[in-house]
Amino acid sequence: MSTTTTKDHPHLAADFNRDEPRVNWHDETLWWVRAKRDIAAHKLPEWELLRETASQIKFNVLSNLSTYLEQFEANATKNGIIVHWAADAAEHNQIVHSLLEQRGITKMVKSKSMLTEECHLNDYLKDQGIDVIDSDLGERIVQLANEPPSHIVLPCIHKKKEEIGDIFHEHLGSAKGESDPKILTETARQHLREVFLTRRAALTGVNFAVAETGEFVICTNEGNADMGAHLAEIHIASMGIEKLIPERKHLGVFLRLLTRSATGQPITTYSSHFSKPQDGSEIHIVIVDNGRSIQLGREEFRNSLKCIRCGACMNTCPVYRKSGGHSYHTAVAGPIGSILAPNLDMKKYADLPFASTLCGSCSNVCPVKIDIHDQLYKWRQVIVKEGYSPKAKTMAMKAMALTLASPALYRMGGKTGRLVFKYAPFAVNNKLNPWYNQREMPKAPDESFGEWYAKRKGAKNS
Amino acid sequence: MSREKILAAVKFNQPAALPLPDMEVLNTLTDVRTDLVSKYKTIATAGGSFVYEVNGFDEIKAIINNEFKPGVKIISALDELSDYIYAETVKHEDGHNFADVELTVLRTQLGVAENGALWLTEKDMGSRVLPFIAQHLAVVIGKDNFVPTMAQAYQVIGAADYGYGAFISGPSKTADIEQSLVIGAHGPRSLSVFILS
Repeated sequence: MSTTTTKDHPHLAADFNRDEPRVNWHDETLWWVRAKRDIAAHKLPEWELLRETASQIKFNVLSNLSTYLEQFEANATKNGIIVHWAADAAEHNQIVHSLLEQRGITKMVKSKSMLTEECHLNDYLKDQGIDVIDSDLGERIVQLANEPPSHIVLPCIHKKKEEIGDIFHEHLGSAKGESDPKILTETARQHLREVFLTRRAALTGVNFAVAETGEFVICTNEGNADMGAHLAEIHIASMGIEKLIPERKHLGVFLRLLTRSATGQPITTYSSHFSKPQDGSEIHIVIVDNGRSIQLGREEFRNSLKCIRCGACMNTCPVYRKSGGHSYHTAVAGPIGSILAPNLDMKKYADLPFASTLCGSCSNVCPVKIDIHDQLYKWRQVIVKEGYSPKAKTMAMKAMALTLASPALYRMGGKTGRLVFKYAPFAVNNKLNPWYNQREMPKAPDESFGEWYAKRKGAKNS
Repeated sequence: MSREKILAAVKFNQPAALPLPDMEVLNTLTDVRTDLVSKYKTIATAGGSFVYEVNGFDEIKAIINNEFKPGVKIISALDELSDYIYAETVKHEDGHNFADVELTVLRTQLGVAENGALWLTEKDMGSRVLPFIAQHLAVVIGKDNFVPTMAQAYQVIGAADYGYGAFISGPSKTADIEQSLVIGAHGPRSLSVFILS
């Protein structure tokens, strides 16, 4: 399902930018979601106190994570839930597969889990002969289109309804040319109801896991996680180690922040608390590390583990809105993805911390106060130091540093630039210059400020 | 073993312990008890729920009989609404048997004014799948059962022991296709809330 790619963010963003009306539509749609977030946040006078409280709870979690993990395991086990531990993606996938294999299950329904995207579970299970159907509407759409989700909360935000209509016509038998969201959603409802009623295994993600009680909470609007889990004999829940919160009452903070930040709703339709398996069925939890414990040890980047996956940083990001989720070539796109991904593979994701204007809007909307834009800046330094930055950028930066350090070189550089702009604009206004893409170059002034000032001073003195 | 490896790595890498914040300020700050019913009504209606203020069960019956054709499968968890299949008697049935349920009627003791959410545990549901698999859901709540925010909701829930519980704040919905809101994704196509005076 995942598209393997060697292209980096600028090239993938350039592909996305070929269709300008679509870029504008994508940009406006996400900004509209951001605006809804603002309205919801501003309705609560205590919003900033909520953010601060959530941030402090998460700091406490990270600083006591080993204790909370053991406490959660003990309480979940007491509740009759079976807990598994996976050091990496491969182990996670093997655990899921073996649970299915032991029971002779070959078909599974899955609700949204970005962790399974990160682990490429669907591809792995497909190779093992297991059929997986994603049940979140947006995820089902991208799955049928053979694409990964482009947004963690709005998986097919990049798709037009007409394209979705074509996909449904091909795979689900809807009428040709049908693009009414109501009719397409009804088509998916009928198709997925059949799936829910015939699957013996359901996999879900986890939004929050409570150390104190051993329960975990899943938030959906569609009810797909519950439909899958309650009708299956085995419910497998995959969670990263950072999903822990200390006590049940802390849900009262996070559930107030999550959906307001994500879509502007005051809460999702369903906030489901799974504590014990129902009679005759099993619940298994797979607790996954996959690089998170390493990130926990990176002092400057550990705050990224506070993330509750609301997507607010993506909706507000001018780069994300205009480059699309797929340009980040990682499971979690946008600003938060750009500070999580380099921890997993610094070389492969060396481009992502540069996919930002460092405007800071992401940090301002983050419900748990992650210093996202500072971390993007810090990753750039680490990546350059480790030698993973693009060669052209390194050379340009070195030339710039040299120029700015020498007044003579600086003056000469400025003069040359102005002359080129004036007499040979084609030298900069061409496809070889990335700054010229989607931009008109400014008209160059005849003289620099320095030259103008010197002249003025000379005139006054004479 | 991965368990030991992960726990050791976490323990080694986690920073020095930081305290939990004080929650009391937040709890008292949001504990404004003025007219929770009308606030609930506004928010829940905006979220797509149908809210009825009723004086008794006869009124609820009349509304249900008016909205649903005779003969459709209705399961009720309330003693007072005994014309329908009683949830208690079918709760051990295989969940797949409920695929043809038209309406599930449940009772809750806890509603949240700030977001329209109603708290239901497995005990209130009979079977966990009932509030999800039915084509429509109705929930009965007393007018004094509302709290202002989630902070007070979890104070009410406290250390309750449940196998499963859910906050349900409206009908099943999605906006995955071009952000157009569509009611009736995989769960109930409507949520009716009856507030008993």
